Amino acid sequence: MTTLRTSRSGRAGQYVALLCYLVFLAFPFLWLISTAFKPPRELGSLHPTWIPNDPTLANFRQAFDEQPLLQAAGNSLIAALSAALIAVVIATPMAYAMARNRNRLSAAATGWVVVSQAFPFVLVIIPLFLILKNLHLINTLFGLIMVYVVWSLPFALWMLVGYVRAVPRELEEAASVDGAGKLRTLVSVTAPLLAPGIVATALFAFITAWNEFFFALVLLKTPEKQTLPVVLTHFLGAEGVADLGPLAAAAFLATMPSLVIFAIIQKRITGGMLTGAVKS
Amino acid sequence: MRRVAAAAAVCALLLTGCSADDGADSGRIRLRFQSLAWQDESVDANKDLVKEWNTSHPDVQVEYVQGSWDSIHDQLLTSFEGGEAPDIIHDASDDLADFAYGGYLADLSGLLPERLTSDIPRQSWETATFAKGVYGVPFLQEPRVLIANKKILDSSGVRIPTAGKPWSWEEFRQVTKTLTEKMGEGKYGVAWPLKEPVSATLNLSLSTGGQVFRRGADGKVEVRFDAADQVVPRTINAQVNTDGSASRTTLGSGGSDTLPGFFGGKYAMVPLGFSYRQQIVQQAPKGFEWQVLPAPAGAGGLTQGVSPQTLSVAEDSPHKKEAAEFIDFMLQPRNMVRLAKGDWMLPTGTKALADPALHTEKEGWSTGAALARDLRSAPAQSVRGYPEWKDKVATPALQEYYSGAIDAAELENRLVNDGNLVLSRYQR
Repeated sequence: MTTLRTSRSGRAGQYVALLCYLVFLAFPFLWLISTAFKPPRELGSLHPTWIPNDPTLANFRQAFDEQPLLQAAGNSLIAALSAALIAVVIATPMAYAMARNRNRLSAAATGWVVVSQAFPFVLVIIPLFLILKNLHLINTLFGLIMVYVVWSLPFALWMLVGYVRAVPRELEEAASVDGAGKLRTLVSVTAPLLAPGIVATALFAFITAWNEFFFALVLLKTPEKQTLPVVLTHFLGAEGVADLGPLAAAAFLATMPSLVIFAIIQKRITGGMLTGAVKS
Repeated sequence: MRRVAAAAAVCALLLTGCSADDGADSGRIRLRFQSLAWQDESVDANKDLVKEWNTSHPDVQVEYVQGSWDSIHDQLLTSFEGGEAPDIIHDASDDLADFAYGGYLADLSGLLPERLTSDIPRQSWETATFAKGVYGVPFLQEPRVLIANKKILDSSGVRIPTAGKPWSWEEFRQVTKTLTEKMGEGKYGVAWPLKEPVSATLNLSLSTGGQVFRRGADGKVEVRFDAADQVVPRTINAQVNTDGSASRTTLGSGGSDTLPGFFGGKYAMVPLGFSYRQQIVQQAPKGFEWQVLPAPAGAGGLTQGVSPQTLSVAEDSPHKKEAAEFIDFMLQPRNMVRLAKGDWMLPTGTKALADPALHTEKEGWSTGAALARDLRSAPAQSVRGYPEWKDKVATPALQEYYSGAIDAAELENRLVNDGNLVLSRYQR
């Protein structure tokens, strides 16, 4: 009974800690939603409320009137989805090679992957800009997607290497005995087992690209090409002054696609993980 | 394999239409104008003016591109380095020095018409003049003013200052003490939003004859912190730490953060930029009465340092003449008034500044307009090494001084001794 009581109190403590963490995580988002629906006079109140006293959609109307949010969201979606897809397609066979062939080359490649994550954006942006300019890819979503793929590839690779190593070699050896070649084994045997890892990696690449601001700011010149994070800064003035209502409304809308995609994909990750667990 | 093929097909589909579109028309000049306008009325005014220009100039079409104050320096630097800068550039004068010295901006001296050069006062041109070249046209500026709760001020019986008879800094200190005593517990005569204390302190110190940066005969700049430089910081320090007439909590706040307390009657006055009036009009509760007062004056009168908004032309632009013509169009007096009203700021042009629309009592326009002739180039904007001095030395030192953590002697020691070490590296 003592053990049971301890276990119950311990579990209660875990739930309290989890609840605290969830509240901590949810606070900024809930405040963002609250702000998005507040009229200007409530934004300047000394005693702000969670639920707006006089909720309004005016901030959303103003945000859409002032900035091409839908077009920007479309650009962001194209860039982020493409970057995620390409990164995964490239990273999967690379990760397989690095995980299965442990030699000096793969060790060096792993080291380079780790080091490449340490470069700050500002260090690479000017050479990158010049390269893309020579390729006539400035102010194109294609150029931006290439940058996003290159930028997210090292970490995607790193993630996938771990997932590949978790897949038992014996399954591949069995496929080989059955006559499957390397590619066939990768596509038909390893890739399905890697599904949760691939989905998680794609999600990482998508969110990285969806939220990215600096490259998009520098590489995209015309309004019709700009992505959502860049357009959101148009609600900011000098010295940090902001058009708070429309900014909150636009930011709220900007979080929606990644939340929806995450909600859909989350089941896939969980399902995939369970499937993998049973097989191994 | 089918899945891989499908993924490749989706990928190809997504990339369709991602290619470049330079939109070049043969025989027609195309200029890109990157504007930093962000407030609704200001964006509308800019877009309308571009539209009017394009209608009347079919051979020189201007494309409006929205920029952002938040990241303008990095974005322009990259664009300049890559040879992809916009033809016409909106920025602030304190951001121009590096670009001007770096050869990225065109010298506009011979490109602007006499109408425009003579319309803007010399002190405004000085803000965009570097090494005798003019690298931007200053067109909008804003003084720092005191936004006051009218009811609290009227009921306190203190003298209400005007541009003709402003408060001295000593009188201002006394007024805030009086207001704090009358307002009661937990309320303050003034709330200083000093998240960025350096430019506010330096710009207001011009009113007491403060310079902080002194340029010697050899052209080298040194930091000094003489009596005239110390009046403003000492006043703020005394209000916070001796009199208790200034809120300690707002020292780390931005201007917008102080507004709820101001609307709630917690503070009688807030020193803010002139353009904050727009937020006050939008956010103040119904029936809230407010007024605009001039910042206190000293030995230098109402003089203040400002960094006006500017329009520049990229050195790489193949159409500098047309770009300058567009700037001339944008800054015609009536257009300058439209831009000023859109941004809730003051125009630099004397003809625009004389427009009756900018002299109404309503929303404090007349007080601001009365201050315009005393606005000068911000003391720091032509000093190389200023950003480092500001970030590494002056910001922490002033923050500690205003909060009472260090005394005036230590503040002077840091600003001058540490500061000159920083500046010397830029002046070898």
